[in-house]
Amino acid sequence: MSVPVRRFDAVIVGGGGAGLRAALQLSEAGLNTAVLSKVFPTRSHTVAAQGGISASLGNVQEDRWEWHMYDTVKGSDWLGDQDAIEFMCRKAPEAVIELEHFGMPFDRLENGKIYQRPFGGHTQNNGKTPVQRACAAADRTGHAMLHTLYQRNVRANTQFFVEWMALDLIRDSEGDVVGVTALEMETGEIFILHAKAVLFATGGAGRIYAASTNAFINTGDGLGMCVRAGIPLEDMEFWQFHPTGVAGAGVLITEGVRGEGGILLNSNGERFMERYAPNLKDLAPRDFVSRSMELEVLEGRGCGPNKDYVLLKLDHLGPDIIKQRLPGIREIAMKFAGVDPIKDPIPVIPTCHYMMGGIPTNYRGEVVVPKGDEPESRVNGFYAAGECACASVHGANRLGTNSLLDLVVFGKSAGDHMIQFIKNEMPTWKELPADAADRSLARVARLDGQTGGEEVPEVRAAMQRTVQSRAGVFRNSANLQQGVEEIKQVAERVKRTQIKDKSKVFNTARVEALELDNLIEVAVATLISAEARKESRGAHAHDDYQHRDDDNWMKHTLYYGETRQLTYKPVHTKPLSVDYIPPKERTF
Amino acid sequence: MTPIDPVELKRIRWRSRRGLLELDLVLERFLAQRFDALSPAQLAAYRELLDLPDNDFLDIVNGKADLDDAAQMEIVGILRAI
Repeated sequence: MSVPVRRFDAVIVGGGGAGLRAALQLSEAGLNTAVLSKVFPTRSHTVAAQGGISASLGNVQEDRWEWHMYDTVKGSDWLGDQDAIEFMCRKAPEAVIELEHFGMPFDRLENGKIYQRPFGGHTQNNGKTPVQRACAAADRTGHAMLHTLYQRNVRANTQFFVEWMALDLIRDSEGDVVGVTALEMETGEIFILHAKAVLFATGGAGRIYAASTNAFINTGDGLGMCVRAGIPLEDMEFWQFHPTGVAGAGVLITEGVRGEGGILLNSNGERFMERYAPNLKDLAPRDFVSRSMELEVLEGRGCGPNKDYVLLKLDHLGPDIIKQRLPGIREIAMKFAGVDPIKDPIPVIPTCHYMMGGIPTNYRGEVVVPKGDEPESRVNGFYAAGECACASVHGANRLGTNSLLDLVVFGKSAGDHMIQFIKNEMPTWKELPADAADRSLARVARLDGQTGGEEVPEVRAAMQRTVQSRAGVFRNSANLQQGVEEIKQVAERVKRTQIKDKSKVFNTARVEALELDNLIEVAVATLISAEARKESRGAHAHDDYQHRDDDNWMKHTLYYGETRQLTYKPVHTKPLSVDYIPPKERTF
Repeated sequence: MTPIDPVELKRIRWRSRRGLLELDLVLERFLAQRFDALSPAQLAAYRELLDLPDNDFLDIVNGKADLDDAAQMEIVGILRAI
């Protein structure tokens, strides 16, 4: 079967903050650049980022990039690569000022400079005192960034392929990346996009969890494509959680509710946090509350028909306090949990928010994999940036407001290095392999011909329940081992999913089946990586190994999908220009 | 009114996928419960709403802002209640 081919200098998969920032760099350099996006680019999940973007501008208080670097290294629990972290923190002020020049409407001080707000974990003098470092555009920072970058791209003649879904990475016999296959939803046709360089900016994969704040589009497409193409995934055991999302929905209930006196109850009506944290009770630190909640569920004291959540009780505060101080929360509870907290408690569960791991890259945005004795050998023609990439700046836990920064700094850096690569090393296209589209065609043909399989939503829900209960915030060896076995069984079911609608045009069922192929790769990677890491570090809190073990585990996990095996590579301990920040106990 | 093109209906369904989870959840319910019974005029109004930026759309669904267009507000009323 012949598949139509289109040629570009650069193909970018994903139209969120990282993809748009990279595309702008390439288009402004005069390269013929295509951006593929499943949805209109300004509807990418970047719009959900509210908190801000950090940079040591020092507009409100004295600040230095070295202090931002320290906070980021500490936040990462010493799993972050210190060269990449230095690169990001040094570039941050310039990146924010560049966005300002692009027209992004930042909040301002009276003197006209960009206003900076306080944020958890941002400090002066290496942890001594809090500092105001977060730059924001009201509560719409991500939205403002995305719209600003989109407009600049339109001006720079970036070519957008909207409602296109990339299906597979194309590598030639030397392992170099020469393009992607993609599905045009409007026609149902598959194309080959032939490129001198490809960038993945496909975002996170939070939809592997039953409870997730991520939009439905966050299905880890880039990660699934990597696994199928033999590229490993890095540090997939590390996921950031928020303690109280509405069960079954994922919409967050702010921690302020517990500050106002809201309490958590199990199925016996017991205020269980009194048992875990006799002093702080429901106001114990975020990760501690999350683990206690999940332990209650795992030990059979969860609520509801499936005993899979706990309750957040507010009614004792009285209707006046709830209406005055927590009006938004009452709305959310009524809309997404179907309960009025004036009368009834809200079902809540720890909810996945951000993926720290991803496609292994360096600070240049190049995808790097082990080859012979070399732990980080460049995959020619392949780049990744944003949440899908693991540079690794977030290590075992991401510092708030570093995600938007990651998008623009590494989006631009990847763009710059793609330009150099194309100009210096790849003046013309490498030949496409004869079987370039075979894998994608086979996947679609399998779906079209499948009979007697299960429906996609059913299998997806089984995957989400497994990941939530086995690789959530409470982890121990027995639970993780069971999770590995369970997720392998779910993966077998994914191979036989069936869709009733076999039509070609805008077939959402087909798209969702193809997305599940990607999600399951991420889910298996997460369970296997988490089961193997026998320590507690950052977001990976292991009940049987409660301490960080730098001697044995200060290393990055690499998961290979074909064999489901792991290897490890060292954390980068040499920053670019400053001294190494040695590990310390992480206390706050 | 001309009958609605079935391809257009499928396109509208896909465009109900958004960047914000809250909108995904509300629109998923709307597609499941109300979408198939919409009149052509209501469909046209819904399609217009889908062109809104996500944050504006969510503010409207949450009752923090209104629109001038009566046909659009009729759909907004359904989305607010669903």
